Amino acid sequence: MKKLLIGVLAAGLGLTLTTAEAAQTPAPPEQEWSFDGIVGTFDRAALQRGLQVYREVCSGCHSLKYIAFRNLSDLGYTQAEINLLALEAVVVDGPDDEGEMFERDGRPSDYFPSPFPNDRAAAAANNGALPPDLSLMAKARKGGPDYTYAILTGFEELPENWKELDEYSFLPRDFKLQEGLTFNRYFPGHQIAMADQIAMAAPLAGGVVEYADGTEATIEQMSHDVTTFLMWTAEPKLEVRKAWGVKVMIFVFVLTVLLGFVKKKVWADVH
Amino acid sequence: MSDKGMMNNPVIRWIEYRMPIFSFLNHSVGTEYPSPKNLSYWWNFGSLAGIVLVIMIVTGILLAMQYTPHADHAFDSVERIMRDVNSGWLLRYLHTNGGSFFFILVYIHVFRGMYYGSYKEPRELLWILGVIILLIMMATAFMGYVLPWGQMSFWAAKVITNLFSAVPWIGDWIVTWLWGGFTVGNPTLNRFYSLHYLLPFVLVALVVLHIWALHQFGSNNPLGIEAKGPQDKIPFHPYYTVKDLYGMGVFLLVFFAVVFFAPNLLGEPDNYIEANPLATPAHIVPEWYFMPYYAILRSIPQKLLGVIAMFGSLLILLVLPWIDRSPVKSARFRPVYKWLFWVFVVVCFVLGYIGAKPPEGVYVVVGRIATAAYFLFFVVVYFLSYIERPKPLPASISEPVLKGGGSPAGAQAKPMEKA
Amino acid sequence: MTDTAHSARPEDGETRRDFLYLAAGAVGAVGTGIAVWPLIDSMNPSAEVLALASTEVDLSPIEEGQRVTVTWRGSPVFIEHRTEQQIAAARDVVLEELPDPQTDEARVQRPEWLVMVGVCTHLGCIPLGQNPGQSRGEFGGWFCPCHGSVFDTSGRIRRGPAPRNLDVPAYKFLDDGRIRIG
Repeated sequence: MKKLLIGVLAAGLGLTLTTAEAAQTPAPPEQEWSFDGIVGTFDRAALQRGLQVYREVCSGCHSLKYIAFRNLSDLGYTQAEINLLALEAVVVDGPDDEGEMFERDGRPSDYFPSPFPNDRAAAAANNGALPPDLSLMAKARKGGPDYTYAILTGFEELPENWKELDEYSFLPRDFKLQEGLTFNRYFPGHQIAMADQIAMAAPLAGGVVEYADGTEATIEQMSHDVTTFLMWTAEPKLEVRKAWGVKVMIFVFVLTVLLGFVKKKVWADVH
Repeated sequence: MSDKGMMNNPVIRWIEYRMPIFSFLNHSVGTEYPSPKNLSYWWNFGSLAGIVLVIMIVTGILLAMQYTPHADHAFDSVERIMRDVNSGWLLRYLHTNGGSFFFILVYIHVFRGMYYGSYKEPRELLWILGVIILLIMMATAFMGYVLPWGQMSFWAAKVITNLFSAVPWIGDWIVTWLWGGFTVGNPTLNRFYSLHYLLPFVLVALVVLHIWALHQFGSNNPLGIEAKGPQDKIPFHPYYTVKDLYGMGVFLLVFFAVVFFAPNLLGEPDNYIEANPLATPAHIVPEWYFMPYYAILRSIPQKLLGVIAMFGSLLILLVLPWIDRSPVKSARFRPVYKWLFWVFVVVCFVLGYIGAKPPEGVYVVVGRIATAAYFLFFVVVYFLSYIERPKPLPASISEPVLKGGGSPAGAQAKPMEKA
Repeated sequence: MTDTAHSARPEDGETRRDFLYLAAGAVGAVGTGIAVWPLIDSMNPSAEVLALASTEVDLSPIEEGQRVTVTWRGSPVFIEHRTEQQIAAARDVVLEELPDPQTDEARVQRPEWLVMVGVCTHLGCIPLGQNPGQSRGEFGGWFCPCHGSVFDTSGRIRRGPAPRNLDVPAYKFLDDGRIRIG
């Protein structure tokens, strides 16, 4: 009985381990991030450049609804700079004494305005595909920031003869790029027929943004910066969390060592 | 520290005279509670689970002060906790990861009980109470997972409540009743929130009963033989209080490492997408601690039977004391059972792995084999208890070392020995 | 573990053990104390609540003698465009007779504009007097219906249980017709 069980289990495990995951979307390559590791922090310059990329490119379609202008102090901006950034925004407020909604200048306590009044309007303006809110994007996909970066750098022209190229072996043989869509190998299709298509034309072209700090705005650079920025929007407490973590770990370690010695002393007469 | 010193305090004496709570505590976890002297570190997990229950209740009460149980606001209110509430991110990460660690500890606690036969006479009721605690814990965890109202929350709620549609004749009615509507919606979220707040206190009450039952005969021990007299026992305090505290330190190191440095390790990215009742994520999976049961559910191609098997895999634990007829408790002295036990552990892990995989191809086959193996374990254990020849048992807890040649008064079985 | 100097002698083993217990106990107690703070702090006002701490008000439509109420940090702020008589009444008092002596000049930035938090300093009710037809109390100011506090045209407590004059929030004239409260 036991032997049978073991045999069955071993066979099962072996099979499981050898299962080739064919026709799968390639995993996003791992990148190096300033916020990696137990003492990682956000690169402030990258955050500011990333904000610029978001404001000048992404914000045309994507909202960032959980971020308020006041939060930008995390990026290293002064109160005066934040006031100016907020002033550029037009915010719908109200109702006023006549019951009408009105527009006013943004304040630091306001949230980033959305490009569309609601999801239906957003979808309607984008051929039915709703551009998702980006606040949590860097945490909301498998691969996290690596995925975000892979998507942004992964737009490409699918060669006519892709079926003959090994590089595209992950594509189903009957794959057909739909009219108006762009090929991106890292974007998982929600249906097989839709695999590796993304309803977003390549958003970043080299030089589309002119960085204030003179950094050359290559696609890789912009993708890296905006991904860093989006990691911050997704996990704004990352730095304080890690800083506390180091202290807490040291403290608990000391306490545990002490308790270990106490335990040893107390138990000395039992052993 | 000494209890005599404490009893000289007039305030304590005044209270003690009217309500003997201090001697009660002393008999519960103090110097007056004799415990086997040879408990290993595997006996730490019960108290650790208790500590995590306290952490969960404290962080949960504070989170409840910030959370909004409404389908339109739940997701936003969780993000507000993560971003704006003072140390809200800490409360939430402690609570979500605390749930996972609660299960890790309790599962180890259950496996320990199975290995050392802690469920056997006279501790059957203690074991049954423990299984009920596990069941209530699962219900609590499931409903808590729904509260953030992310995609996984919503679809977990939908899929798990739909299990009840397998009940003949009244299944659909039950599901509608659970939902309070035609699908999972705001009424569902509200009642889950209410129950998620209630059940932890039911757990506390059950834990009290669990400890009460424990105190009737005291802890089992790695040898699985009852203590013969005072020479086999030591007072709970200070020996096991300090050992539990030390264990707590070690546990907190692991727990905090995850909370502070990898708080989303055990979570699903999809739950950072707000619930969308019109679109199911490509791969929906339950939290890791439900994976084995999920694998069993999917392994059986008939809806009702699958649901029965899934619940049965847990409920069968209730009768384990009567399945295993062997008079020997500890697997140390049961050469075949010991082996079988580890196979069972592996089966549970395989089921957990399968539960995380899409139900296709080889995963289905392995899942079915592992499901069969899971239930087969109990059948084998039943017959094994009649045919297995246990190794000779030591005469008493103190005896093995006496034979080892140490001085009779000082040397004892090494409590830290791991099986 | 600093007292290792004479650890060879038996009584030193005793001291070392006591020291160990004390050290572990102290570290544990400190740790518990530190751990409690974030729990308590979570109940303090959160960042987005603190960020909403200012309100702008357009004063131009408020006519002389008119009182309006605006909301600031969830509480009503009373704004009154005072008449000459009301200003005179507010300034014609004997300071020593006031329960909470304060000159009217100290309570306004411009005499015609009285701005104050409309929350009774007794136990937090909203005094009457903002709407026409409501009782203004015998000093022509405000009257709190809960426990009978009476305020004058400067919002000072004149009679009743309120311990302090109505609070004046921090505010600033942006120009002649606009103020920012907070």
